[in-house]
Amino acid sequence: MTGRSMPRIVVTTEDIDVGAELAALEAGAGAVASFVGVVRGEADGRRLTSLILEHYPAMTEASLAEIAKTAANRWQLTGCTIIHRVGELTPGDRIVLAAAASAHRADALAATAFLIDWLKTDAPFWKRENFADGTSHWVSARDEDQEARNRW
Amino acid sequence: MKILYFAWLRERIGLSEEDVDIPPEVTTISALTDFLSARSPAHTRAFADRRAIKTALDQRFVPPDTLLEGAREIAFFPPFTGG
Repeated sequence: MTGRSMPRIVVTTEDIDVGAELAALEAGAGAVASFVGVVRGEADGRRLTSLILEHYPAMTEASLAEIAKTAANRWQLTGCTIIHRVGELTPGDRIVLAAAASAHRADALAATAFLIDWLKTDAPFWKRENFADGTSHWVSARDEDQEARNRW
Repeated sequence: MKILYFAWLRERIGLSEEDVDIPPEVTTISALTDFLSARSPAHTRAFADRRAIKTALDQRFVPPDTLLEGAREIAFFPPFTGG
């Protein structure tokens, strides 16, 4: 990355201030693109009450930094931010922010899509869904996510 | 050696981590998986579907044929589902 040498990587139990994070990426950029993941209110037609995000603390930030580094090697970026929540979340809560800044939109948009596609398959997070009917299960990895990752 | 378990592996085994003395003949991730799965009925059940389990050696994602030499921490977990 030209403008700033380090991507911003955060793993937190706190909410994500998307406005402030995107504003911080504007310095030296001509384009800022972002993806925000939000907890859905239902899964497989059942009402979701909460989502538990487990992670592997010793590995998480390094994995996210590696993904950001790969993006910075492929596109001309002036900045890059990945913030992922952990712990218990409820419908409507933000889960993740992936954002990339560049001189022009093409690199910012492509890098953002890359960041979230790779984050899904290459960063050590696991989701457990708790439903209103009292049941609960670990979310299974989806083949589509692996395919989305492999298109880059 | 420090062994870590995450998500449903942690729940099925009933432990998030354990310190295990590894015999010298256990030299790969694959052999370690066999060794651990024999520790208790819960371990056997948790490790039953090998294809559903991924491994990290000292926080690096590695395939089953990876050598353990010098490893301090091995983690077992299902495929990632973040984002």
